[in-house]
Amino acid sequence: MKLRTSMMAAIGLAFAATAAHADINVGVTVSATGPAASLGIPEKNTIALLPTTIAGEKVNYIVLDDASDTTSAVKNVRKLISEDKVDVILGSTITPNSLAMIDVVAESATPMISMAASARIVEPVDDKKRWVFKTPQNDAQMSTAIIEHMTNNGVKTVAFIGFSDAYGEGWYEQFAAVADVRKLKMVANERFARTDTSVTGQVLKIMSAKPDAVLIAGSGTPAALPQKAFKERGFAGKIYQTHGVANNDFLRVCGKDCEGTFLPAGPVLVAAQLPDTNPVKKSAVEYITKYETAHGKGSVSTFGAHGWDSGVLLAAAVPTALKKAKPGTKEFRAALRDALEGLKEVPAAHGIFTMSPNDHLGLDQRARVMVQIQGGAWKLVK
Amino acid sequence: MDFQIALLLAQDGITNGAIYALLALALVLVFAVTRVIFIPQGEFVAYGALTLVMIQAGTVPATLWLLLGAGVLAAAVDARGALASGQKGRLAGVLAWNVGYPVVLAALLYLLPLATLALPLQVLLALLVVVPMGPLMYRLIYQPVAAAPVLILLIISVAVHVGMVGLGLLFFGAEGSRTPPFSEARFELGPMMVNGQTIWVIAASIVLIVALYQFFGRSIYGKALRATAMNRNGARLMGISPALAGRLTFLLAALIGALSGVLIAPITTIYYDTGFLIGLKGFVAAIVGGLASYPIAAAGAVLVGLLEAFSSFWASAYKEVIVFTLIIPVLLWRSFTSHHVEEEE
Repeated sequence: MKLRTSMMAAIGLAFAATAAHADINVGVTVSATGPAASLGIPEKNTIALLPTTIAGEKVNYIVLDDASDTTSAVKNVRKLISEDKVDVILGSTITPNSLAMIDVVAESATPMISMAASARIVEPVDDKKRWVFKTPQNDAQMSTAIIEHMTNNGVKTVAFIGFSDAYGEGWYEQFAAVADVRKLKMVANERFARTDTSVTGQVLKIMSAKPDAVLIAGSGTPAALPQKAFKERGFAGKIYQTHGVANNDFLRVCGKDCEGTFLPAGPVLVAAQLPDTNPVKKSAVEYITKYETAHGKGSVSTFGAHGWDSGVLLAAAVPTALKKAKPGTKEFRAALRDALEGLKEVPAAHGIFTMSPNDHLGLDQRARVMVQIQGGAWKLVK
Repeated sequence: MDFQIALLLAQDGITNGAIYALLALALVLVFAVTRVIFIPQGEFVAYGALTLVMIQAGTVPATLWLLLGAGVLAAAVDARGALASGQKGRLAGVLAWNVGYPVVLAALLYLLPLATLALPLQVLLALLVVVPMGPLMYRLIYQPVAAAPVLILLIISVAVHVGMVGLGLLFFGAEGSRTPPFSEARFELGPMMVNGQTIWVIAASIVLIVALYQFFGRSIYGKALRATAMNRNGARLMGISPALAGRLTFLLAALIGALSGVLIAPITTIYYDTGFLIGLKGFVAAIVGGLASYPIAAAGAVLVGLLEAFSSFWASAYKEVIVFTLIIPVLLWRSFTSHHVEEEE
């Protein structure tokens, strides 16, 4: 039912958008169905919580679903730009879609804020990518956090098991590079698929290499499968997961087999446990309160927070852009891009954004914390 | 790799192979009787498992509404047919089966304390919800086009698959779930540990295969299905209704699918779209059997399971590639050894 009402809302918004042209039109494409649905659905829910007026101007959000499919994402963006004349694009949820959208937004000179993780979306900033920004932390930031934690805790050898797709490959590249520098020895490198029903083979191979620790690079509940297999086979080393698992469904599926697992995450995951001096706490708690008021207690996830952050960036940049041009014009889109690039110290749910012409992500060390699973809940590692 | 690892991998491969074998049997059965390449077979696995999950969580499973909707539609279609041919007497039966059954089931699901029921009862309820969707699906989707060429039936199957996956996302959400195992028991078998659920899967598969064998060999309905599979027109001349054969086949296919789902839900995390890949591997096994031979299909399924387990040890990144590449040599071999018989279309 929720899906249907929000779809009706989206249709309603689409009509409203064509009716009034002076408003700021925001085109959103998220992966609310398909393999990435568990990330896309909280993002879509979050878009509904974004402010409807910024600096006195009405904001219309036109939300489309790209079904985790690259072609649909590009089609959505073309439609949003040519038919709805949007001033900015938010999305998409996943890296392949976001990469494919870059050409389209650059061609029409429309700024875009992606909610996907890969650093390749915004790096290096070139003629096309100058229009593209993103909110999630780079995998490199997260893997440095993991390796720091490993080396501080006496881990000498490490094994890797990741998704057999861009997510796993990307993590392996980042992780292996940093591990090499920090003298951490990689003893095994395995892959599994999101839909696999068994990972016994990979787990046995890793265990025969006897690593001190193992990193599981998967997102959402599928990452619980290797973890359960390791526990079942009596693996005694430390287990690390990535921030891709930071939702409550993962805890539900993994249960007691996940006790003691370490992972890096955006501070929003443990916002309530952050010290009051942490500058992220206030903005993160604000998002959590808003989301849980609308969708019930415990429903919030870090993925939705990436969507929230894209809204925060937009809200911070629009007032500057409005001084230069009227919404709906080419000049406004260019001004908005410049304003986004000039953002300084903007507190959001996942960290503090400070953009620059070379950095279209703008997050620093304050955007990640190490978390341990204790008693079926996320605990901040001090 | 040492002997113990090989044993563990073999155990894993045979467990998965047992499930693929069940699905392969269902696929061969459906194809033989109705000429439908039943791509949505895997969806019944996911529906069965996730319906059980919802029942165990104490909520009324969302699949009930699909059953109710399909039942009402089927009742409307059948009632119209009965009225048009002047058989008013059939109306009561049509309504009782298509609408009465889901309503009674709905009442049961609302009244019973679902979360606290014994596991066998929960499983039974899950099966009661999911399995009737098989014959209803045949009635609504395949029966009106039963005489269509294989290719059209295949295209319809793809559409049904996509539809069911979409509905699955709506019913169960994007995240996966597991169920508690049937038994926590663990046995020591020589150098390795075997857990209870593995035994359950293998034993249930064997029991089901033997039961199917008996059904086809001894019962009159089983013989009717076999006759339809051998020669559709000949069976019709002998008074076997193709519609009945079709519904019965889909009932069996849905039962096998849902039961497989219930069996593997404690071993692995099931998602709304998990079924497709499991079904596809069953399909590879069915191809090994030429979509005609049950024993070869079952052996092929165990082969697929073992190949999967060992390739995940040696080359995990290429596991699926290796499993699905198996089709190519099998097809080559089949095309060289068997002579082609034209279908009657």
